[in-house]
Amino acid sequence: MLVTQQEQFRADVTALVDKLGPGRSSLIPILQDVKRNHHGIDTDAMQIVADLLDIHPVEVYSVATFYAFLSPTAQGELVVRLCRTVSCELAGKDAIARALESELGIAFGETSEDGRVTLEWANCMGMCDQGPALLVNDRVYTRVTPETVREIAAECRAAHSGHAAERREGYLV
Amino acid sequence: MSIQTQGNTLSFAAIDGDAGLKAALAMKRADIIDTVADSGMKGRGGAGFPTGMKWNFAGAQKGDRKYIICNADEGEPGTFKDRVILTEFADLVFAGMTIAGRAIGAKEGIVYLRGEYSYLRSPLNAVIKKRRAAGLLGKDVGGVKGFDFDIIVALGAGAYICGEETALIESLEGFRGEPRNRPPFPVVAGYRYAPTVVNNVETLASAACIFAKGIDWFKSFGTDRSTGFKLFSISGDCEKPGVYEFPFGITVADLLKEVGGSDAKAVQIGGASGVCVPQAQFARQMAFEDIPTGGSVMVFGPQRDMLAVAHNFLEFFVDESCGQCTPCRVGNTKMLEAAEQLREGSCPAAYIAELRELSGTMQVASKCGLGQTSSVAFMSILEHFGDEIMSRTPQAETARSGA
Repeated sequence: MLVTQQEQFRADVTALVDKLGPGRSSLIPILQDVKRNHHGIDTDAMQIVADLLDIHPVEVYSVATFYAFLSPTAQGELVVRLCRTVSCELAGKDAIARALESELGIAFGETSEDGRVTLEWANCMGMCDQGPALLVNDRVYTRVTPETVREIAAECRAAHSGHAAERREGYLV
Repeated sequence: MSIQTQGNTLSFAAIDGDAGLKAALAMKRADIIDTVADSGMKGRGGAGFPTGMKWNFAGAQKGDRKYIICNADEGEPGTFKDRVILTEFADLVFAGMTIAGRAIGAKEGIVYLRGEYSYLRSPLNAVIKKRRAAGLLGKDVGGVKGFDFDIIVALGAGAYICGEETALIESLEGFRGEPRNRPPFPVVAGYRYAPTVVNNVETLASAACIFAKGIDWFKSFGTDRSTGFKLFSISGDCEKPGVYEFPFGITVADLLKEVGGSDAKAVQIGGASGVCVPQAQFARQMAFEDIPTGGSVMVFGPQRDMLAVAHNFLEFFVDESCGQCTPCRVGNTKMLEAAEQLREGSCPAAYIAELRELSGTMQVASKCGLGQTSSVAFMSILEHFGDEIMSRTPQAETARSGA
């Protein structure tokens, strides 16, 4: 983080600490907020959060790495999470996984080069009667078919239309 | 998100939880607890601990800093009834929490909502706001002087283990969701080490129903040892998956008939941490005295590879084990390796006996329910579908080619 970014970040987290309180209970809500706005939690961010909550940065790291949705690794603005648990598997999640990989041009665990989309697995998301299910950030899609994957991928690309073409050129090289 | 029921009426839909709250607020605190105890209700999350007893323990603790936590971390694979309850019957849940708060003398209620259900957060907050405006939360709830109770919604961050009550509490306090040693139990030292009742969403909603309709009504459903009705999450190979209400005691066969899954070769009851019931045992009952369950039923059709199912469960547990204790952290990894070898046909038959021993160790030595139950489904699948699975071992391959 640049120094100016660090200052801005510190101000943002300070405002959160004022709102939520300086106690340890505020840690997860703060990290959720950081993750939502910055799509990752880098070491500078962990240090600043630790300073403001008066705990060791290792504590922040240990919590951030524990929870699937707080993963500190930088992710895309949109995180597509496909449910991989049994009911969705029975409902045909493997075909959806392949469709997602080819439509988004990334494998599971990867982020697109433009930093827009991350594709990853999720464990049971409670949509077992309407599988296969996936989440795009907070939005849930159910009874997904390879056809609807195309629409979902188009929505993901909407704000960055050059993405698909750029990628195809990349493959030609 | 439709709810399908056996008859035409769904109990939750027809009940005014706030009438239950009003009835409870007119009672003495001890009588509220007695009512829940007399109803015989056991926790709807799956463990089946008597709710009245839990409330009684917390109520008996001294001090006025106590908490009611609604466990909405519904992470068990194949379970989604709480999502439906929170979507359609949030008022019942909040009424139940308020009754519990009155009963044990708590002022604060917390809904721990799993990260995967983040889209439910603002609708729930809207219901809470409405209830505050109606005087059903906040100061002097329901006009009872001196009874202050309010509810907040806390959002989880994607960890199955946080459905375990002490891990949930650790998470609320801002730590990794690693289960605590018990005792002390949360009813003695829970959230912020104050007496805390952690109840499942459905338990709290059902509690409100008991006060609205009476103990006799509630006991008219179910069996002697498993009173009341239960919501079931049905998924997998059946014609009509969804949330169903059945009285406790229904047989697996009857349930399958209702949901259009009669040709099933097996059902997994109680989610990944539950048991696999083969067709030969479909006469068994869904009740705490036979197959205890939080209501998850996954149906497997005749064509399914049960080893693939076990493999999927084990991948889930390896991913979701908190890693704190060795039997669970290492045990699940070993189980998964074995399932992979079995799928490849490279697992020696003799190794199965060792796996059984390992499973026994995990069941007695793991710190919490995750490690204690994670190998059960695999073991029951090996037991019931042994022929199907053992035909893949190298010995079986050799025997087959030698014949």
